Amino acid sequence: MGRYVLRRLLQLIPVFIGTTFLIYWLVWSLPGDPFSGKCGDRPCPDSYIAFMTEKFNLDDPLIVQYGKYMADLLTGDFGETFRGTSVGELIGEAYPNTIRLALVALAIEAVIGLGAGILTGLRGRGFLDNVVLVSTLFLISLPVFVTGFVLQIVLGFELGWIKTTVTASPAPWGQLIVPGFVLGSLSMAYVTRLTRTSIAENKRADFVRTAVAKGLPQRRVVGVHLLRNSAIPVITFLGTDLGALMGGAIVTEGIFNIKGIGNLVYRGILGKDGLIVTGVVTLLVMVYLLSNLLVDLLYAVLDPRIRYD
Amino acid sequence: MSANTVKSSVDARRTGPVPGAPLLEVDDLYVEFRTRDGVARVLNGVSYKVEAGETLAVLGESGSGKSVTAQTVMGILDMPPGFITGGEVRFHGENLLKASQRRRREVRGSGIAMIFQDALSALNPVFTVGFQIEEQLRVRRGMSRRDARKRAIELLDLVKIPNPKGRVRQYPHEFSGGMRQRAMIAMSLALDPEMLIADEPTTALDVTVQAQIMDLLKEIQVERNMGLILITHDLGVVAEVADRIAVMYAGRIVEQSDARSLYRKPGHPYTLALLDSLPRLDLKGTELNTIKGLPPSLLNIPSGCPFHPRCPRVQEICKTEVPAQHRPLPGRLSACHFAEEMIAGD
Repeated sequence: MGRYVLRRLLQLIPVFIGTTFLIYWLVWSLPGDPFSGKCGDRPCPDSYIAFMTEKFNLDDPLIVQYGKYMADLLTGDFGETFRGTSVGELIGEAYPNTIRLALVALAIEAVIGLGAGILTGLRGRGFLDNVVLVSTLFLISLPVFVTGFVLQIVLGFELGWIKTTVTASPAPWGQLIVPGFVLGSLSMAYVTRLTRTSIAENKRADFVRTAVAKGLPQRRVVGVHLLRNSAIPVITFLGTDLGALMGGAIVTEGIFNIKGIGNLVYRGILGKDGLIVTGVVTLLVMVYLLSNLLVDLLYAVLDPRIRYD
Repeated sequence: MSANTVKSSVDARRTGPVPGAPLLEVDDLYVEFRTRDGVARVLNGVSYKVEAGETLAVLGESGSGKSVTAQTVMGILDMPPGFITGGEVRFHGENLLKASQRRRREVRGSGIAMIFQDALSALNPVFTVGFQIEEQLRVRRGMSRRDARKRAIELLDLVKIPNPKGRVRQYPHEFSGGMRQRAMIAMSLALDPEMLIADEPTTALDVTVQAQIMDLLKEIQVERNMGLILITHDLGVVAEVADRIAVMYAGRIVEQSDARSLYRKPGHPYTLALLDSLPRLDLKGTELNTIKGLPPSLLNIPSGCPFHPRCPRVQEICKTEVPAQHRPLPGRLSACHFAEEMIAGD
């Protein structure tokens, strides 16, 4: 196991270099002048442009620019925006919001998704099963922005049950429930279906029959033998999804005005502020890779038949 | 062994154990599977009886109802699609089919235990073998973790698993096929059952391992004076261990007899055909005998004797009249119109 983890960690290095270079290159080769419109109505003075060009090494060949950027990054310096704010600080402000939103979404996925999945998986065909199948299909086919705007309008404007936008940063947990539901709705539907299938499949498994034949009480048969086995694919899915959620949610954050990482990257792209985009995306790539590694390790813990090395 | 009574003398209305009643009695059991294609009559009046210390082998092709009978006895039949439409299963005279869920659960494991054909799928892959043995002791007997672990090691030792202390911590997939079946047996013995049902315990194993497992089962049975039901389709396996043999066909017991007499003089053409289809050393080089045709579809069992379309001795009466189970000789049961003639030897 130790060797496996080490190998996976070493694999992160080339992936890290590759993705960051790609992002760096893509961002700086966006068409258009990054400094147009930066100085109000007038064109920017030559001294400003010269200063900025110097500061961001824009006269160097791309590979040299990238090298200088990476050297700074390795010392923990994410660089500055055109306005001189530290990108590291911006990320530090935005990330707590993203993490909170991700956790709320994950909790909703896990609680509702697992609950509905277990219930329908155990009961089998029937009214409830149909309701869940249709409603999950409905959620899966709706784009997130539709779910988001509809809930915002209905719950926020019409009924006034929630604040239409998140008013503070870091965002209060209570205000994140509806955005979290919007963000997690799609995966929640998948979790429900995955759990349902997994339970229904394992329900008739030989080892469940053995557990009954051993004279164990029904709730132990279900709670220990059936759930433990059925949970394996679901937990793996949830883990991977957490990695994706940590990457921020441009649409959901946009609708509910959450100052998260998705919001930050969106502003970075609009302002052609390359260092914001590169910095954030680099971080997200690392988070995603690490969370995938954790999921793989978790998988081996859940299912003893899986052995690495 | 007195297999002379077809019907039990025990009052069927009584619930609760009856002193002096046989260990296990299956009495005129009817089970059907209601499927989309129709109703499959899986069991059509199955009766047998097992006393403590006795081994009954239930023999038959796949689909003859031998496993379904055992599952009904254990109460692990999938219902639906299965429906019990008649009969009784009496354990110490108590009708289990009428017993409460709670009572049924009590009987499982400690009264009647069961081992299955494929130990790899019958054991839970994500728990250690030790855990699976110990959980019964902890849940059912209220044992502490440490005592249960000690007992699990003893049980693994009892079924002759080498290094039980190390093995108890391993997962089923780390065991070989034979060892897994031994672990399964150890698990079934955890609550000291009076009756063990072994559903094709050796089918998934190598021939050499098969013999070891059968010997082990026999040894344990004798030692503990357990009743043993051995379900198999392999005549060779049962020859040495069975006291009595019940042959099933299309959800009926077509012949029941002590093992010796059955081998010497089968009382049903189906049994004879099964015996004839065994490979024999003295007939080396000749073609194996087979039974013509296929087992009947349980959705549509032939009229009269269900075996008549495949029977070499078929007569007119076989096509119309279901042969009653009768006693051609003391201690023998047959459901063939011509059982007496068969046993007397043409």
